[in-house]
Amino acid sequence: MIEIRFHGRGGQGSVTAAEILAKAAFKDGKYVQAFPFFGVERRGAPVMAFTRIDEKPIDLRYQIYNPDYVLVLDDGLMNVVDVFSGIKDNTEVIINIPEEYKGTGEHNIYSIDATGIALDLLGRNIVNTIILGYFAKKTQAVSIESLVEVIKETFPGKIGELNAEATRKAYEMG
Amino acid sequence: MIREVMTANKAVAEAARLAKPQVIPVYPITPQTTISEYLAQYVADEKIDAKYVKVESEHSAISAALGASATGVRVFTATSSQGLMLMHEILFAAAGMRTPFVLADANRAISAPLNIWNDQQDSIAQRDAGWLQIYVENAQEALDATLMAYKISENPNVLLPSMVCLDGFILTHTVEPVEIPTQESVDEFLPPYNAEHAFLDPKSPMSIGNLADPDYYLEARHDMQVAMDNSVEVIQKTCDEFAEIFGRKYGLIEPYKTEDAEIIFVAMGSLCSTIRVIVDQLRNKGEKVGLLKIRAYRPFPVEAIDEAVKNCDKLAVIDKNISFGIGGALYTDIKAKIHKEAYGFIAGLGGRDITPESILEVYEKTKNVPEKEVTWIGLKEE
Amino acid sequence: MVNIGCVITTPGSSKNNKTGSWRTFKPILDKEKCIDCDNCIVFCPDSCVNKQHDIDYDYCKGCGICANECPSDAIDMIKE
Repeated sequence: MIEIRFHGRGGQGSVTAAEILAKAAFKDGKYVQAFPFFGVERRGAPVMAFTRIDEKPIDLRYQIYNPDYVLVLDDGLMNVVDVFSGIKDNTEVIINIPEEYKGTGEHNIYSIDATGIALDLLGRNIVNTIILGYFAKKTQAVSIESLVEVIKETFPGKIGELNAEATRKAYEMG
Repeated sequence: MIREVMTANKAVAEAARLAKPQVIPVYPITPQTTISEYLAQYVADEKIDAKYVKVESEHSAISAALGASATGVRVFTATSSQGLMLMHEILFAAAGMRTPFVLADANRAISAPLNIWNDQQDSIAQRDAGWLQIYVENAQEALDATLMAYKISENPNVLLPSMVCLDGFILTHTVEPVEIPTQESVDEFLPPYNAEHAFLDPKSPMSIGNLADPDYYLEARHDMQVAMDNSVEVIQKTCDEFAEIFGRKYGLIEPYKTEDAEIIFVAMGSLCSTIRVIVDQLRNKGEKVGLLKIRAYRPFPVEAIDEAVKNCDKLAVIDKNISFGIGGALYTDIKAKIHKEAYGFIAGLGGRDITPESILEVYEKTKNVPEKEVTWIGLKEE
Repeated sequence: MVNIGCVITTPGSSKNNKTGSWRTFKPILDKEKCIDCDNCIVFCPDSCVNKQHDIDYDYCKGCGICANECPSDAIDMIKE
């Protein structure tokens, strides 16, 4: 089983990203579970969301404390919350950050300028699907085909097409 | 049949859609809200031919549900926490008037202090209302239990309303794969409700919800107890019929590795999933441990529980509720009816996460005999 | 003894309950004094006074509201 934790801000689509990832992995034939950090959601406030993916039915019903992957949708959060909380030696952390992350070298940390892609292709700083594209390439935990399919299902029409394109671009950068 | 990734709230809404209720009075409240939103959408999209009644409170929601059910139609409603508290008065009326509708309760803590997170205090506080209460473990079971609830409640030997209790957030806001049965198979399982005891028809007038003086009241209440007793068999029979059509097996209880267990966890709802994983882990270390999941809390399936725990030494009962002054409700029921060494544990109140460590702590304490009969798990010390 | 849900299927069955037996004071109307104001009809909580101002003693509980409301003191409450 792999466990993924998303860090974002209220309104950035972390919960949607967690659900899109789960639905895509489900399309790949996996068992999945996704849930938000339970509670009141406020725009701009730090939020978390979680996804579990496994080959067999998932029977765990508590929060993810020791994730295999951490996805940070907004590097500004790193001054506010400890996105490295509970990570393991082999945990991989993907951060949306304009320039290469210059932090501790102890962890497997990948930097991607998802905001750059978003502004370029979507014209808005919405990075939740883009970071999933990068994640898909880096981890192979989910296929890009399923991911794109679910993104188009989630956002019908032009916005879905644009998101899919941005996600593919991030995939290629991975 | 479709398999789709969805929340338990959506699964409940899907079940309600498939059950074809004619009246749906709902008032939104966290974490039930999306159930009411999905149903309003289904009605607007004409996916169900139902009257969606917009009400100004939960008291009105359940009053409308009761009134509609008394006209002899199928009714669905849903609520949570303070909403269920506001319904309290009418819950008793609905059971007493023998209106067999179904209510989904997104289990949430009760004020004060104000808390929107999960525990099971809200539905436990309604346990004496005369409603059947089924606690579900996952989104699939939420769907299945809602469908079965109609069949059980509408059985002429029962005719009591049912409450399907699903853990707030842990189930209501978590997406996972759910199998949605076809309308044809649901129609085969659940024929239309045919009310024979309560309906409003000008050609055949009747008065419902009457005064019953001391000459009648005792008998009316006794009849409800008989109906509740009858429901034990009806629940099992309905689960068997459900398994035949849909392939998923349920019962009054769900024992897991209990046959040779020395210690058995007893719990209700989503918590059972994590406990099952811990049971497997402990078994791998040679510990003889099992899980007894209670699905039907009312009626309380004493015989089935007795049979499932007959070989064990001790019971570790975990409650997500507290009856102040005595202990958890499930624990006190077990103590009253099951003659086994049992210890109570209060956990997860107001959404405190119940982790594997919490469950292992319960196990260790039970094994070594806890200091107190009722222990609070995860309590922060000064 | 009771049916499911305690429903009553006989319309008007409350008529079987002759509440007149509860009465200790009986209203007696002096039609000579009556001015046809109909106050007694309007105020009787049990609809026991008809248009001719005859009182239905099967159901009159003897509450005395009619006597109290009568502007011409045409109704006397007499002990049963």
